[in-house]
Amino acid sequence: MTGEPTGFLYPFIEAEETDAASLVNDLATSARAKMDASRTLRTATLAHHSDMVLRAGRSMAGRFARGGRLYTFGNGGSSTDAEGTVELFRNPPHGRPLPAMSLVDDRAVLTALANDVGFELVFSRQIIAHVQSGDIAIGFSTSGDSANVLRALDEAWSRKLLTIGLSGYDGGAMSGSEHVEHCFVVRSDSVHRIQEAQDALVLQLWATVQRCLVEGSPS
Amino acid sequence: MGGVTTLPVGEELQPGEGMARAEDLAIAALAIARRFAAGATMWCVAPQWPAHGRHVAVEFVHPVIVGKRALPAVSVDGADMVSALRLLARPGDVLVAISAADDIQAADLMQRSEAWGLTRLWLGAGPRPAVGGGEEHVVWMDGADPAVAARSGDMVMLYHLLWELTHVVFEHPGLLEPEPECRDDVCITCSDEGRVAEVRAVEDDDRAEVLVNGSAEIVDVSLVDKVGIGDLLLVHAGVAITTLRSGMPGSGERGHS
Repeated sequence: MTGEPTGFLYPFIEAEETDAASLVNDLATSARAKMDASRTLRTATLAHHSDMVLRAGRSMAGRFARGGRLYTFGNGGSSTDAEGTVELFRNPPHGRPLPAMSLVDDRAVLTALANDVGFELVFSRQIIAHVQSGDIAIGFSTSGDSANVLRALDEAWSRKLLTIGLSGYDGGAMSGSEHVEHCFVVRSDSVHRIQEAQDALVLQLWATVQRCLVEGSPS
Repeated sequence: MGGVTTLPVGEELQPGEGMARAEDLAIAALAIARRFAAGATMWCVAPQWPAHGRHVAVEFVHPVIVGKRALPAVSVDGADMVSALRLLARPGDVLVAISAADDIQAADLMQRSEAWGLTRLWLGAGPRPAVGGGEEHVVWMDGADPAVAARSGDMVMLYHLLWELTHVVFEHPGLLEPEPECRDDVCITCSDEGRVAEVRAVEDDDRAEVLVNGSAEIVDVSLVDKVGIGDLLLVHAGVAITTLRSGMPGSGERGHS
């Protein structure tokens, strides 16, 4: 993704050190700074998107209340965010379990589609197969440019799903897409910090959905 | 954990609060980099949150920073996790578990894999687990609710940083040599400390073949209740002095500790 070598991030570390304690000290200093940066970014991201979280959460709750299902998808680390979202919605620490499935789980389907029609279509073909108009789609892409995620969101939009995208950097193609109703862009150049903030956004979305379902707020 | 209407995120995100100690993470990264340098595979498990196990593995295998070397990391999940890891893992490998301390499968694996001779790292939140013997690292978010930490970005952040720090250590080849095996008074092998052993075969009422730190040996089991394959024993000077866990995880039998 980014071309930065970590040496650039750690200019204070000598190349020929043999003192492990000194290295550990430097590593800890750096880690502490990044922990703070991560939390600062997450807090800012949640504050910036609070209205959108509320709107998207309300719409999701309305669809869940009417029997809708949630589909999630992404590649690599983002596929695990898609999977983690399903874990959270389906097996929540408290509140109501909700129907969610990720389109990265079934390796037979994934490899069949990748082999026969190409990786760009692995999620959109599953959208075609599975969805009904009252469902919800959430796509994860730190760049906002993953072709298979964008294709699936396009397909979901055309089938009248609620479409939600999580992106990073400047938002990429996802943020310009008319087919993504709620696009959350984490303004950062670090894939890692973006994923961490996307996690926080999903947790806040989930909490909003749970609250709306309890309050029975219509949408 | 409270009511349904909790909005847990915002208030949990104060810098520093409920966060793991950066020093613990740094020490673990150094140990893991040394194991990788010696040819280890890193096994990743997260019984309650399998997505985290896969996320750790993909970070190491396919780095986000172009040019960083791919490292052998594999996520394992499912019902036969223990038997799969017993077959796959070699002495000197690394086990990373991501869980709360009360995760029975993770706790079992942490203890069992000490007998297999693995370096272990336990990442989690909430009440802290007891630290086992051998090379075990615990990086823990003490003040945090594990269910929130697992989803708020904090847990992901810990292993993102673990990956990053591990690669920084690689830039210091002089520090990749393992620590000396036996350092006088702290050497486990020569000290009075018991070691965790997993029963491989029962010879008779008095003797069993066990695995200790990745090596097979015969120990005297006459002082403990009848042992079976998979039991975890505490062994001292060739004698089993107590049973830590009876049977395999999920078999319904629990140990005494």
